[in-house]
Amino acid sequence: MGRKLLLDKAHIPGIRYYDTYKGNGGYAAAEKALKGMTPDQVLDEVKKSGLRGRGGAGFPTGMKWSFIAKPEGVPRYLVCNADESEPGTFKDRYLMEFIPHALIEGLIISSYTLGANTCYIYIRGEYAWIPEILEEAIADAKKNGWLGKNILGSGFDLEIYVQRGAGAYICGEETALIESLEGKRGNPRIKPPFPAVKGLWQSPTVVNNVETLAAVVPILNIGGEEYAKIGIGKSTGTKLISACGNINKPGVYEIEMNISVEEFIYSEEYCGGIPNGKRLKACIPGGSSVPILPANLLFKTAKGETRMMTYESLADGGFLTGTAMGSGGFIVLDEDQCIVKNTLTFARFYRHESCGQCSPCREGTGWMEKLLKNIDSGRGKMSDIDLLWDIQRKIEGNTICPLGDAAAWPVAAAIRHFRDEFEWHITHPEEAQARNYGLAHYADPREIAVPA
Amino acid sequence: MVQFSEEKLNKVKEIIARYPDGKQKSALLPVLHLAQETFNGWLSSDTMDYVASLLQLEPIEVYEVATFYSMYNLKPVGKYVFEVCQTGPCMLRGSDDIIAYIKQTLGINVGETTADGLFTLKTVECLGACGYAPMMQVGKHYREHLTPAKVDEIIAELRAAQ
Repeated sequence: MGRKLLLDKAHIPGIRYYDTYKGNGGYAAAEKALKGMTPDQVLDEVKKSGLRGRGGAGFPTGMKWSFIAKPEGVPRYLVCNADESEPGTFKDRYLMEFIPHALIEGLIISSYTLGANTCYIYIRGEYAWIPEILEEAIADAKKNGWLGKNILGSGFDLEIYVQRGAGAYICGEETALIESLEGKRGNPRIKPPFPAVKGLWQSPTVVNNVETLAAVVPILNIGGEEYAKIGIGKSTGTKLISACGNINKPGVYEIEMNISVEEFIYSEEYCGGIPNGKRLKACIPGGSSVPILPANLLFKTAKGETRMMTYESLADGGFLTGTAMGSGGFIVLDEDQCIVKNTLTFARFYRHESCGQCSPCREGTGWMEKLLKNIDSGRGKMSDIDLLWDIQRKIEGNTICPLGDAAAWPVAAAIRHFRDEFEWHITHPEEAQARNYGLAHYADPREIAVPA
Repeated sequence: MVQFSEEKLNKVKEIIARYPDGKQKSALLPVLHLAQETFNGWLSSDTMDYVASLLQLEPIEVYEVATFYSMYNLKPVGKYVFEVCQTGPCMLRGSDDIIAYIKQTLGINVGETTADGLFTLKTVECLGACGYAPMMQVGKHYREHLTPAKVDEIIAELRAAQ
């Protein structure tokens, strides 16, 4: 069994409630921080832990915190990004729904470290039943002296509020989230200035993912150095992976970042293999925007090394033969799945979620969806494949926020690795309506000629 | 006439108090949710104007937000809205069949409402329940691991609640 730091108490009945959480060692880390440590000492532990942002970007949390501006007399804010919307990702929901106090405790410690006296949890609107769970946890924490004025006699004040979004993937992007929290459309801002300097209401703001902030609790409990010993290299600690698609045991798993991808898919401890004796076709290991990998590149890197569930190993080979850890939204496709159809649903998703500010993304996502729809329904032309490639290249890197890149990458990777399947849809339009292509005739992607 | 009850007006005050003075615009999304719940599940232009007046905003500031976010309904909807997820992970586990089954059972297309005004069918993008697919949202809650039999049960349950 791998070591659990976030979900170690998930099986305890009633862990959702304050008394049970407290009775099982909860709020010890908050007490340790507020009673015995300066904010800089806490920051130091987080830096030593090597914790990286769990929302998708993987940026070192301690470094992000150290960027926050501290002008005299200006309030600072911590915003918890609970706008979990990347297809394949449902880990934060699990944490908030079942162990809400782990998040609240993390928010207290993190706010103390940043010198923020107000913290907002921005949660996606569709998780409509979770704000009540969080608000109950906040009220209980406050009743027991963990929130409010002069917490534990430390002189530190904190209030936490829950804000519901209203259905917009883009609000997971931190500047769009801030706009939305200000009561506006979720249009990402041009950076700089970064939120650490001018964020919410033009004040210094840190935006972190739910899992990142909850991870601060075990880091303080066991110490940053101890946390950093878990995992491999710069992939320290444990990571929540939400596994879905064609697997026997979909769900949220906490892994130590030292197991192989093969073990994660096939071991009984995690996904439990693929149902009905089907073979693995492909996998999208980090949420819809990371490159899809065919089975032949998933378990071994192009260099022939075992691919591990770490930031570095998943990314080994770059976008040519690798992928990314992303948000940990792990999507498995069996041999009966259609890559064109799957790519079409992602293209439709990004078209629907584009905020419309930047023309490459606004126009490009819709155009890609249309072309993929044609290919999927047997009305595609061979030139459409190169056109798709061309469009995604023109979106990537040419937009204010990374939604454009996120829309381009799945299309690029699908064509790169499964071009034969796209061509088959075009050359066999009727057959493609009646059956799926099956396993790909994998080509070595390094030898596939693709237009620049 | 569009008017919140005393209780709801207090809720609005409580929401505004979460933000610094003068930043009541931040209350817009939560207050629109409250308005939609209160006034038959959708936002008419009268409702939006009312919200604007409550928060001392120009009506356009409310319209531009209400039209941006997909959870706000700008047209009347049925009492129960079936919002079926159709993104990749749900598609891999048969959401197309579920959508087809609901269409056939209720005799409506996506975007339509049954003649009795009870059910509206919508397709939506990823709701963050990929491990429990296929799924849909009905009101505040998720209905997961859907099968045709489960859809039948849900429809019967909601009809019985009348």
